Amino acid sequence: MDFLIDYILIPLVKIGLILAVLPLAVAAITLFERKIIAFMQVRLGPMRVGPWGLLQPIADPIKLLLKEDIIPAGADRWIFVLAPVVAVVSAFIVFAVIPFGPAIRIFGKAIPLWVTDLNIGALYVLSISSVGVLGIILAGWASNSKYPLLGALRSAAQMVSYEVAMGFSIIGVLMLAGSLSLVSIVKAQESSGVWYVFYQPVAFILFFICGVAETNRAPFDLPEAESELVAGFHTEYSGFRFSLFFLAEYANMITVSAMAVTLFLGGWLRPFPNVSWLGFLDIIPPVFWFIIKIIVFLYFYFWFRASWPRYRYDQLMKLGWQRLLPVAMANVIVTAILVVLLGG
Amino acid sequence: MSTKETLFDTSEITVSMGPQHPSTHGVLQVKLKLDGERVLDAECVIGYLHRGVEKLGEAQTYGQFVPTLDRMDYIAAVSNCLGFCETIEKLLGVTAPPRAQYIRVIMTELNRITSHLLWLGTHALDIGAMTVFLYAFREREEILKIFENYCGARLTTHMFRIGGTQYEIYDGFQDQVRTFINDFPKKVDEYETLLTENRIWLERTRGVGVLSAKDAIDLGVTGPALRGSGVEWDIRKAKPYAVYPDFQFDIPVGEHGDTYDRYMVRIQEMRQSARIVSQGIEKIPDGPLMAKMSKIIKPPIGDIYHSIEAPKGELGYYVVSDGSTQAYRTRVRPPSFVNLQALRKMVAGHMVADVVAIIGTLDIVLGEIDR
Amino acid sequence: MADEEKDNQQTEKPAGPAKPVPPAPAPPGEPKAAVPKPPPPPGAKPAAPAAPPKPKGPQQEPWSSPLVDAIKEKFGGEFIKSYSFIGQNQIEVKKDRIAEIMTFLRDNTIVPFNYLVDETAVHWPKDEQFEIVYILYSFPKNEHVRVKTRIKEFEEIESVVSVWTTADWLEREVYDMFGVRYANHPNLKRILLPEDWVGYPLRKDYNIRLQDVEWVRKHLGIDSGQKFYVGEARHEDTGYITPSG
Repeated sequence: MDFLIDYILIPLVKIGLILAVLPLAVAAITLFERKIIAFMQVRLGPMRVGPWGLLQPIADPIKLLLKEDIIPAGADRWIFVLAPVVAVVSAFIVFAVIPFGPAIRIFGKAIPLWVTDLNIGALYVLSISSVGVLGIILAGWASNSKYPLLGALRSAAQMVSYEVAMGFSIIGVLMLAGSLSLVSIVKAQESSGVWYVFYQPVAFILFFICGVAETNRAPFDLPEAESELVAGFHTEYSGFRFSLFFLAEYANMITVSAMAVTLFLGGWLRPFPNVSWLGFLDIIPPVFWFIIKIIVFLYFYFWFRASWPRYRYDQLMKLGWQRLLPVAMANVIVTAILVVLLGG
Repeated sequence: MSTKETLFDTSEITVSMGPQHPSTHGVLQVKLKLDGERVLDAECVIGYLHRGVEKLGEAQTYGQFVPTLDRMDYIAAVSNCLGFCETIEKLLGVTAPPRAQYIRVIMTELNRITSHLLWLGTHALDIGAMTVFLYAFREREEILKIFENYCGARLTTHMFRIGGTQYEIYDGFQDQVRTFINDFPKKVDEYETLLTENRIWLERTRGVGVLSAKDAIDLGVTGPALRGSGVEWDIRKAKPYAVYPDFQFDIPVGEHGDTYDRYMVRIQEMRQSARIVSQGIEKIPDGPLMAKMSKIIKPPIGDIYHSIEAPKGELGYYVVSDGSTQAYRTRVRPPSFVNLQALRKMVAGHMVADVVAIIGTLDIVLGEIDR
Repeated sequence: MADEEKDNQQTEKPAGPAKPVPPAPAPPGEPKAAVPKPPPPPGAKPAAPAAPPKPKGPQQEPWSSPLVDAIKEKFGGEFIKSYSFIGQNQIEVKKDRIAEIMTFLRDNTIVPFNYLVDETAVHWPKDEQFEIVYILYSFPKNEHVRVKTRIKEFEEIESVVSVWTTADWLEREVYDMFGVRYANHPNLKRILLPEDWVGYPLRKDYNIRLQDVEWVRKHLGIDSGQKFYVGEARHEDTGYITPSG
């Protein structure tokens, strides 16, 4: 009976919550983005649908769902249908390892706020993100058109390049925490009393830049934006399938933010966990801290999009391979030396 | 080594950036010959907006023709008007009275600011900086309100008449312009903060679309594109017209002839235009608005060429008159038409993503190119 | 609109009540050779082409300069005349060695005209010829000059693309609008009008009405939609015009 509850019922509830909340969160983020960018651009953003445009994220999915489902004539039907599914699934299952908060007590049971604590959590996240790239390649291929294919290949190449640098940048954190498990990393930050961002500032910045490039967002969104010539991979998609890609992109944004928070900003820890006179902040539930930090990262995403022009594709690749990767590798070496010297 | 051609072989392909594209500079078709990412050649196909303005000039009287010209460069319509009115006044031998001249200069310089603001917004938007577009249009809105208060129209203004101006400045004109001009340099600082030192902007515009001074003169490029290449030439200083000699202003000149220099030249030109307006608004003389001339405009038989410094370059009018009230031939020398020829030279060797930036930096208006 | 302009200035002319006055601002002392014509009613359509034969207004002044002398020396056979009108210097030459003349104008050391401002044409059907006008500018000397030549309808004129690259599109436009053929032009095709357009619009014998009916029918498959205006047509009915009807 305990087994049934602990290993089947509770995880199913958690998974159900994630599957339910995540699309709503993505919808809320789209509105959040439009409003923030609008305010930065001296305008108001969506205002008509509901008070202050609050019902816009409900109107948009309804519109997309009601659109005609077009599959291009020469397209490979099954792969065409499969590609957005791959993208969305891989974006969602990453959340299985992300720790939202410490254990909470419900009905006398300590229920941790994560679906599972894989002992290779960080590796799992990186691998599943790579599977997401596959969704993009399949989309470009299945469209049976030269330009979406080339656009998909460029997007894929960009994502893969920045994944390398991203992987290197988190090695420092892994060395400090001594584990790949995301929960252990947060607990290690708790026991050392300091967020790892103070120990690994360079890695933090690198991780975030790579994360922005990974999700094909400004200023690295050339494969999507230059739609006159080399169209983005999702050109031939419309209606619901397009909304799946959209969902996958924003879910990836949340993933990158959540990873940055977990690895560098202490996960659910309050600011300055080692400063005892800030203990009054402990009354705020840790989940709240987690969510606030994610929102800060999302705000940065939108800020980048509103302010900066975009990189040309060759400049983008040069940045990833010739600048970020060496810095990440140097960071690993320096961290390793310091860890050994300062006696781990 | 298989010699079978596959999808991934990079051979020369011709891609058409068709008449409609997201970076809306008008209906321009650019046929690009690509080798992978590199552009080998570019051919512009124009004429989608040809309306036969020059033929209309032969059918309408001189006064009727002036509003038709607004529709050519519809972004900076005041300059078109000024150029033509001055041409016909030269042919007739009349000079507009000083009050009209001052109003003309103020409006033309405001118009230059308008045109450059629109250029800045769309150019930045093409390269990805969306926010500058909205900031530029916020300022442009203020100027268009001034235009609307003055002559009733925002875009195709028909502000001047042959012989002077028709409308008296309205009450509150000087205050409104003064308020705008006092604020404007800070706004230009805002645009510069977003772009000038931005590393991404620098990487996208430095070294892109280089046009040497020699090539520029050979191709007949004028305006900020020529000044960006290092040739210090501005018709307002070389062959002054209207009351420009009364004003103090500088001519910004670039060095390398790349997109970044042209951007800086236009930003500085906006500041200089604001300077001219702030000088002019203080010293508008009193007097009549129209010169003494007959109602029916019948210039003497002969021909004349007159050009002004429009925001896009040298806008010239060549008018042949046969003594009647309609011109025998009106020829408009559009700056964007001649500047667009330079695209071929500027684009060769660059990447596809730069083509949009280079078209933007030339600042073309298809209404003017196609007439 | 020139007729209805609210002109609050009246030119004072001592003689002739209600006579529409010529527009040139003659200095007050100039003798007006008053031609005793009955004054047409004011505001009438200015259809009178017969201007009184008095030297009123600007005239062509002869113009000579070291540059003109150099041209006369090198191209004596082609040089026709040089004059100045309203302060703008003009040279008329024959079309025969036009590219050489232009090269000379660009490269000479007296006034090097390194910038071709404009190249255009004017159609004079009465003389059955086109007048090609080149407007040149010299950056070093800050001077303009206008060079004109004449060409008959089916003759060819040499292109000056080899002298200034600007001429490329400018000459294409002249070809497009007037039908003037240029020899040695790298790419002489229509620029503003579609490639298969028939006719040259800016010629004086080209009526702009109904010219696109064939083209629209061929390429778009629809009727052009132009109608005769009632006063103009033979038929009272305004109807769609097809090439056959």
